[in-house]
Amino acid sequence: MDFEEDETHVAIAEAIRSLCAKFDDDYWASCEAEHRFPWDFYQLIAQGGWLGIAIPEQYGGGGRGISEAAIVLKEVAASGAGMNGCSAVHLTIFGLNPVVRFGNERLKSEFLPRAAAGDLHVAFGVTEPDAGTDTSRIATRAEPDGRGGYIVRGRKIWTTKALESQVVLLLVRTGGEGFKGLSLLLADLDPRYVDIRPIPKMGRNAVASCEVAYDDLPVEGWRLVGKEGEGWKYLLHGLNPERILLSAESIGIGEAALRRAVSYAKEREVFGRPIGANQAIAHPLAQAHVQLRAAWQLSRYAAWLYDHGRDCGEAANSAKFAAAEAGFFAADRAVQALGGMGYATEYHVERYFREARLQRIVPVSQEMTLNYVAQQVLGLPRSY
Amino acid sequence: MPDMKVVVCAKQIPDPAAPPLIRPDTHTLDRTGKLILDDSDSYGVEMALQLAGGADDEVTLVSMAPNGETAGLRTALAMGATRAVLISDDALLGSDALGTAKVLAAAIRPIQPDLVIAATESTDGYTGTMPVQLAELLGLPSVTFAKGVAIDGSTVKVQRQTEAGYDDVECPLPAVVTVTAGVVEPRYPSFKGIMAARSKPIDVLTLADLGLAPADVGAAGARQEVTQVSEAEARTAGEIVEDDGEGAQRILAFLEQLKVI
Ligand SMILES: Cc1cc2nc3c(=O)[nH]c(=O)nc-3n(C[C@H](O)[C@H](O)[C@H](O)COP(=O)(O)OP(=O)(O)OC[C@H]3O[C@@H](n4cnc5c(N)ncnc54)[C@H](O)[C@@H]3O)c2cc1C
Repeated sequence: MDFEEDETHVAIAEAIRSLCAKFDDDYWASCEAEHRFPWDFYQLIAQGGWLGIAIPEQYGGGGRGISEAAIVLKEVAASGAGMNGCSAVHLTIFGLNPVVRFGNERLKSEFLPRAAAGDLHVAFGVTEPDAGTDTSRIATRAEPDGRGGYIVRGRKIWTTKALESQVVLLLVRTGGEGFKGLSLLLADLDPRYVDIRPIPKMGRNAVASCEVAYDDLPVEGWRLVGKEGEGWKYLLHGLNPERILLSAESIGIGEAALRRAVSYAKEREVFGRPIGANQAIAHPLAQAHVQLRAAWQLSRYAAWLYDHGRDCGEAANSAKFAAAEAGFFAADRAVQALGGMGYATEYHVERYFREARLQRIVPVSQEMTLNYVAQQVLGLPRSY
Repeated sequence: MPDMKVVVCAKQIPDPAAPPLIRPDTHTLDRTGKLILDDSDSYGVEMALQLAGGADDEVTLVSMAPNGETAGLRTALAMGATRAVLISDDALLGSDALGTAKVLAAAIRPIQPDLVIAATESTDGYTGTMPVQLAELLGLPSVTFAKGVAIDGSTVKVQRQTEAGYDDVECPLPAVVTVTAGVVEPRYPSFKGIMAARSKPIDVLTLADLGLAPADVGAAGARQEVTQVSEAEARTAGEIVEDDGEGAQRILAFLEQLKVI
């Protein structure tokens, strides 16, 4: 076993840290308050070539794997950017993975270089009002238009970045019931046929997640990713790496929260001594550190397995679960350590807290990661 | 101008964000831990990259640091510098500014650069004397405090920062120019830059390679000695004035009292 840090990984982390230092907590707090997409941050990340880090070099990307993408996203989150920073860039970094893996040559050459350069924003349209956890019930339909293309009709919810994106990776029904009737399209979010409405929500408000209604949106045939009826299979391939990236983001938020809590606990004096001298404050922060460290090791391991083409289902689900819990615990204890100020916007930990809470629901709920482990790893019977 | 050769003196220093460790014996900064590129030098690196950005141009970093440290050089290489020369030798421990200038001069001379860029002063040492000593040793003219640098044929045109504004200064090349933090906005290393930096050459040289004698440099050759280090006095709290309509007058009175207006 070799725990020596990879020099490139260290350099990537440092580069992202120095870039993110330009955008302090007040920047993110104002993006949050004004529901403003962090364009200047996005542009700087794009200029550095970071968005294409996991896109193959032949399409203008960096040709690296999930390990490196995870480092980028963890550092973005840990800078205090949290999910406002991560969600702004996450989908361009990783969203096109099914196209990379299964897309036809035209799709790849048309869209990947633009994504790598950062001028293509991608949204991910899977969840529907009546199909969240149970994806087999997707009802958005793509009917043949008689010329080799499709006409899409239906309604998605929670499509993140739909407002900013030119294209959406859309899970649609082209065939009969169940998973086998599902296909994946890379469709244009053409305002003539698509109505987008942001959903008011608890946090991560710099990046809107939206209700998106598709009203007979025409999609040309070459926009089909891979084959008809295989859409769900393609998405499955992306689930593990997505879980790994989300785990890295959760850990980053936890680190940001912990950093603030520790510095506050050293300085804030109550009863004539720093509150950090009380074990009731110190131990939860130490525990947060332990849990974040453990989750990060799991996450790194899962990323290594994925990048080496190994089966990573157990590790990726475990990392997602552990990281979402660790991040939330850290943010919650940070709020507690700051007392009343923990609840004040000015001290930022309440923002991390709201974002860390999200991580236990998306992209897959904690319950579903445990279902995976219970059934696939422990061999327990399926309950649903 | 084709084939422009620029050398940037790039200091690698302990992270200024971490609490500084002062060695009790020498009263100098403990530089045995991890070092990073001095922020003041990132401006010089950026300036060099803008002046010598052509395919045939060359930006060479020259650095003196203990323990073969290259982390800061990799950062500057990731920004786009062509190559680096590192002088690392145990005998250099305790070098003063002149000792450092001798070492850098010996490393720079064979490169025969058109321009040598350094920061006005380093973030950890703050003597601000090394670059002019270097210029003297190299037998080159020097222009300090540049807030703008342009090359025109075989001349360097510098906007030299002064208290009142700036002077326009012209100087024949080759020359040594020290830049301020206002000169350019340093770029962030890009992903591709970081990957490319891994295979860029860093020549690591010893004193012997430079033909210098240990007695002339390091602690042995130092003519400067730090006799004492003491903590800066904590700043006293400022006066907070509630603005009840008199704010502007209060500010004026305060500035007048300081005799700045
Ligand atoms: C801010 C935000 C951004 C999002 N971005 C996107 C996006 O860009 N694209 C996209 O497609 N989707 C997105 N989503 C949707 C997200 O992926 C879903 O909300 C999530 O998958 C859960 O689905 P659901 O909301 O329909 O919950 P439901 O499926 O209704 O589940 C409700 C609850 O029941 C639990 N539950 C259900 N079945 C079981 C079971 N068998 N065992 C145990 N527990 C069970 C779930 O875990 C959950 O806690 C986003 C959501 C949010 C909040």
